Amino acid sequence: MSQQNEATTTSRRNFLKTAGIAGSGLCLALYFPSLAKAAKIVNADEGGVDDVEMNAWVHINTSGKVTIFCHRAEMGQGAYQAVPQIVAEELEVDLDKVNIVFAQGNRKKYGGQVTGGSSTVRGSYKNLLKLGATAREMLIAAAAARWGVPAAECFAASAQVHHRPGGKTLHYGELVVSASKMEAPKEVKQKARADYKLIGKPLKRQDTVLKTNGTAIFGIDKKIPGMKYAAVERNPRLRGTVKSYDDSATMRVPGVTKVIKVKMAVFNTYREGVAVIANSTWAAMQGKKALKVEWDDSGFEHISTEDIYKRQQEDLATKEGLLLKKVGDPDAVIKKGGKVLDVVYQTPYQSHSCMEPLNCIAHYQGDKLEVWGPIQGPDWVQDFLSKEMGVAKENVFINMTFLGGGFGRKAFLDYPHEACVISKEIGAPVQVVWSREDDMTQGPYRPGVSYRCEAVVANGGIEAFKVRMSGQNTDHWDAEKSTKANGSTSEGFLKPYFEAIGNVSFSDVPFETPIPIMWWRSVYASTNGFAYESFIDEIALAAGKDPLELRRQYLKEDRIRKQIDKLVEVSGWKNRKKNEGYGVAMTECFNSTVGQVVKVSRGANGKVKIDHVWAVMDCGWYVNPDTIRAQVEGSIVMALGAATIHEITFKDGLVEQKNFYAYKMPRISDIPFEIEVHIMDNDAAAGGVGEPGLPPFAPALTNAIFDLTGSRIRKLPFDMNTI
Amino acid sequence: MISLNVNGESHSIDADPEMPLLWALRDILNLTGTKYGCGVAQCGACVVHLDGEAVRSCVTKVSRAGGRKVITIEGLSANNDHPLQKAWQEIDVPQCGYCHSGQIMSAAVLLRENPNPTDADIDAAMSGNICRCGTYPRIRKAIHLAAAWQAKGNGR
Ligand code: FES
Ligand code: FES
Repeated sequence: MSQQNEATTTSRRNFLKTAGIAGSGLCLALYFPSLAKAAKIVNADEGGVDDVEMNAWVHINTSGKVTIFCHRAEMGQGAYQAVPQIVAEELEVDLDKVNIVFAQGNRKKYGGQVTGGSSTVRGSYKNLLKLGATAREMLIAAAAARWGVPAAECFAASAQVHHRPGGKTLHYGELVVSASKMEAPKEVKQKARADYKLIGKPLKRQDTVLKTNGTAIFGIDKKIPGMKYAAVERNPRLRGTVKSYDDSATMRVPGVTKVIKVKMAVFNTYREGVAVIANSTWAAMQGKKALKVEWDDSGFEHISTEDIYKRQQEDLATKEGLLLKKVGDPDAVIKKGGKVLDVVYQTPYQSHSCMEPLNCIAHYQGDKLEVWGPIQGPDWVQDFLSKEMGVAKENVFINMTFLGGGFGRKAFLDYPHEACVISKEIGAPVQVVWSREDDMTQGPYRPGVSYRCEAVVANGGIEAFKVRMSGQNTDHWDAEKSTKANGSTSEGFLKPYFEAIGNVSFSDVPFETPIPIMWWRSVYASTNGFAYESFIDEIALAAGKDPLELRRQYLKEDRIRKQIDKLVEVSGWKNRKKNEGYGVAMTECFNSTVGQVVKVSRGANGKVKIDHVWAVMDCGWYVNPDTIRAQVEGSIVMALGAATIHEITFKDGLVEQKNFYAYKMPRISDIPFEIEVHIMDNDAAAGGVGEPGLPPFAPALTNAIFDLTGSRIRKLPFDMNTI
Repeated sequence: MISLNVNGESHSIDADPEMPLLWALRDILNLTGTKYGCGVAQCGACVVHLDGEAVRSCVTKVSRAGGRKVITIEGLSANNDHPLQKAWQEIDVPQCGYCHSGQIMSAAVLLRENPNPTDADIDAAMSGNICRCGTYPRIRKAIHLAAAWQAKGNGR
């Protein structure tokens, strides 16, 4: 499935009457009010406090405690804050008094839950606003009925309904049972944006306090009674099978109880490994080190980074590939000749390397399966495990914990599946913890991509713009032959360019290798953006134009013009000095456009250093400006690492980087400069936030370096110290 | 049996003396605030205080901690109100949050030894802690803020 599809499914989600959270609830179907019949008490406790499910996202108990369910994964991007912040606004409850709980995987109830494509807010905000407002109106109606006054004379605030003329007040807990018996109104009045008390405000994140004293529970922290620990030795060549293994030394490691062969699904293929079961993570890891495994991985020894780029670039020199999109006839213009630019850009494979290595707990119980872990797509995992493990979907329970980073990796289905296979085999709940080495050497990775970009420059502008890319295609995870162009070939490229430039084409020259690949924060835009925005800079130079002015020539819509003006204003673009290098880049993905300006200079030691980064984000309607700033800051740091510090390489079919000493990360000392983030204010539909800040950084940096030094960087990563 | 003093409480645990302190804390004492990130002294997710010094618990044998005082993130303050914890909250430093137990424990030693650290001091003390989410600009701000609060005597 593509990220785009995910967002579409989300917006088309249906709210149907379904089984509730605890299996005994009734979900009032807000979008089909006729289905709403009665309140459902989902949890009666001994104290006589009943928990009532108003809708899938909102439970209110009779003592007045409000629980809001977060249906998406929290991996740092702020869903745990944004979802409740939206619901609480229309529900009229104070966010810091609300109980926030992760929902289980349940697509019927919550729509798509795969937390990818920066889709949480943009895909669900309209529904969340509506269901918050609907619940509020039902509570007001219940109060009005009880008091025998018109509902119009009542209002809600801080989880209470007030009758203004009568000075009467009831809290939500006193109203929730009768409110839930009322018919849900078909239309509810929603607040004007100007009246928001929570949305649009830089409220403090509700998860921060949990993350400063060690109480936030990540997947790796979760414990289940009777739980065993497992570590798995997997084929180091990414595919292949176990020929034989010798566990005699392993079985002598104190704490190790069992060694078994396991198989887990990797897209359409399977990967084999040997699992060591023990009574602690450490014992399992020690036991794994003592294993001797012989692999059959013939056919995969040839994979090497050198060969990958050689093949890609040979193909780009000769093949036209599969056309994704064409406007006008760039080939005809290029054929006529003139000032033709024809260059190749290269971007590396990257590992997600979430700070929390992969891990998952599974408890297989025959007709029931329960999973706990750092999971980006609980509904997707539910579907998959139901099929693979042969357990009816309604008996597969997927529990999300906090995720110590996700970046796309934790939307993959392999590690929950492996935990289930082991639990089934040993007949006990088990937690599988991947070592850092496992996490780094097993993939899947962001694919390394080469781009050939051609343009004809004339009359101070672009006459033709032609791109061919060659790299693995996530639409073909199973490594089947590509017959359709990668749908993300032009991802990141600003849409107005297509018509404005007039002669544009994007093609995909299919490239196959058995390396497993997966979405990596901002997906193809993360590599495309470097090629396309570097190329625009090269074109500006050839056309004798200021790089921002050249963009303005083609970006005429009011909304983007305002964003460019903002970028010029905040960065001081017009007052650039001689010994400073300025670079700009603008990319669009997941319905948000981000422009960045990077300023560089030479330090006292003669080396190029970054002095400042300005970012202007246009994500339309937004929830929490501080979360947006944080996401853009983090995206820039991550992009800096991927552009200038680390890269995954292959030799003889093996990944060469095994831990952070080889796959080096940016450190605090690498970020001495300020990152300044500005957010555009407009009423456009909400766009993504977690990813779009990443793609423009690398090209803005290399464009700045060109501006300062005259040297053009076309291959990532590069070493800042050697310029 | 190894006796450990963790966050002021004495424990006697039955562990392989070679087991890293990290796993003894997490799997035996159920103190999961201290994180595993790399296991090879590269990332700092596992930093705890051993007799007041910041150590990487992934490469510290549990036997080495025997009879000494261990402080983990859970024991840094009673009410999540160490000046650094408060500064972290004020600036909303964490994103995924996984690295921040280690970040705060490293910063706590820095601030104790050097109540008014410069950017260079922060770089030197904090470069052993990786944050994959890239919260470094905020970590820097929060350390300066905590130092300023402490100087004014209202750190808590
Ligand atoms: S886990 Fe100890 S330094 Fe990374
Ligand atoms: S906040 Fe995610 S690794 Fe630091």
